[in-house]
Amino acid sequence: MDVVVENLTKSFGLQKAIDSVSFKARKGEILGFLGPNGAGKTTTMKIMSCFLFPDYGNIYFDKYSIHKDACKIKEFIGYLPEHNPLYEEMSVIDFLEFIAKIHRIPGYKIGPRTVDMVRLCGLDSEKHKMIRELSKGYRQRVGLAQTLIHDPEVLILDEPTTGLDPNQIREIRELITNIGQEKTIILSSHILAEIEATCDRVLIINKGKVVANGTSEELRKKSDSDKILKVNICGASEPEIFKELMTLPHAKVTHQKDEHYFNVRCDRHLNIEKDIFDLCIRQDWYIHELTPIETRLEDIFRQVTQN
Amino acid sequence: MRTINILINKELNNCFNTWGIYIGYLIFFCVCGFYIWLSNNNIFYLGQATMMPVFTIINWTQFFLIPALTMRSLADEKRNGTLELLLTKPIKTSELISSKFFSNLILAAIALILTLPYYLTISLLGTVDHGTVLLGYFGLLCMAACYISIGIFASSLAKTRVAAFFIHYGIGLCFQTLFGMAANQFHNDPFAYILNYLSMEEHFDTLARGILDTRDIIYFCSVCTIFLALSRFFVSKSRF
Repeated sequence: MDVVVENLTKSFGLQKAIDSVSFKARKGEILGFLGPNGAGKTTTMKIMSCFLFPDYGNIYFDKYSIHKDACKIKEFIGYLPEHNPLYEEMSVIDFLEFIAKIHRIPGYKIGPRTVDMVRLCGLDSEKHKMIRELSKGYRQRVGLAQTLIHDPEVLILDEPTTGLDPNQIREIRELITNIGQEKTIILSSHILAEIEATCDRVLIINKGKVVANGTSEELRKKSDSDKILKVNICGASEPEIFKELMTLPHAKVTHQKDEHYFNVRCDRHLNIEKDIFDLCIRQDWYIHELTPIETRLEDIFRQVTQN
Repeated sequence: MRTINILINKELNNCFNTWGIYIGYLIFFCVCGFYIWLSNNNIFYLGQATMMPVFTIINWTQFFLIPALTMRSLADEKRNGTLELLLTKPIKTSELISSKFFSNLILAAIALILTLPYYLTISLLGTVDHGTVLLGYFGLLCMAACYISIGIFASSLAKTRVAAFFIHYGIGLCFQTLFGMAANQFHNDPFAYILNYLSMEEHFDTLARGILDTRDIIYFCSVCTIFLALSRFFVSKSRF
């Protein structure tokens, strides 16, 4: 199911939380939502889940609009709120059964479906415990289980890996990737590496506006940051190589801690590799290593959110 | 209706899984029993097999105990964030409010059932007008329904239990005594008539005396509808 967000605007008092946000998430795609604190990620997700209503704009889940078909939309979306609210006085099984009933899952399917979710989210050993007795990681798993119990077509996950240990994060990441092949998943996270590893497309939001939208690769290409090459040249003393590298036009050279390693920074569109190669031939040096250092998502994030 | 049933079941299960409700029932049962059998105005002092003093004490006890039931209904959901959880599921705001209302009404009805042994004992001591008693209980249930709707409204306004508790008392006290007291100050004024009509005790007294008047039924239904509609409005308003 495709999700189309059109000119979404929402204010709280005088403060605009989101301002004309538009994007599209396609079926089978995992869309990562990034942004600094207070950028409007959670507000956008709350509107997508039909909890809040926008001042302006609309969201379409295929043909269904949040203004006209909120009840219908709620049937096929799974939403995990940021703080993962749960009924602490209920046991894990009772809570999941309650959510299953609310989603109108037929009575004969509730038991098997609950057991499936318990297994899928690794809650087997905790299923009879009260939710208030669970650790944060297990609570997060219960939150995920309640999100998935009705097999939703669209998943909206607001920081799903908060409070999980690295192993759990990996498991949840794998789970999301597997589910994402058939469903539309929109997830937000502060962990950029996680977004990069899990998501097909990244959307960066800042001060309520979309500032970047595309795959990690597209964002890197669009990014106006410099190209950085890690070079290992041998054949002369380090100061000598450094001095000659400094003569390359439009390049900034820094010396690395390792022996004979240099970082050469230049404009992304310059063919500096050829210049380095020519220099080595002229000087009778040889190149041990020449590796482009990829612009990290973190750099792109910093660049678009600090401007 | 199915969603409301599921929510009512959840509310009742959660409620009966805690000690609070049993303590509440015990207090209610003991306070009513003490007033009927042991206080200065006990049933023997009156010398009549009547349920009127029982109804009076039940009325006041439920006036003080219902806020304890309702204060957590929406305020807790808001504070814990579970309101967000529920309203992002296929649940309408009206279904949520209705489930809170009916689950609390069931709890209040159980409290009233607990006073049936007093009625049976009094009926063994003398001749009781059963029709009047039936209408009296119906009046008490209507009053409980009104206070529950006021409590849910207070809970929809407040973010904490304590705030909901005091808002409930503020509004509840107006309906319980203040409107009646104010009406007495205006005597034959039309304003006195309006205040008198607003006073809940006035309507309850009619039922407790065994008179079934549609005006009273309309009054109780109106109070419930108005406060439940206001609750729905305030819950929805916070989402816009």
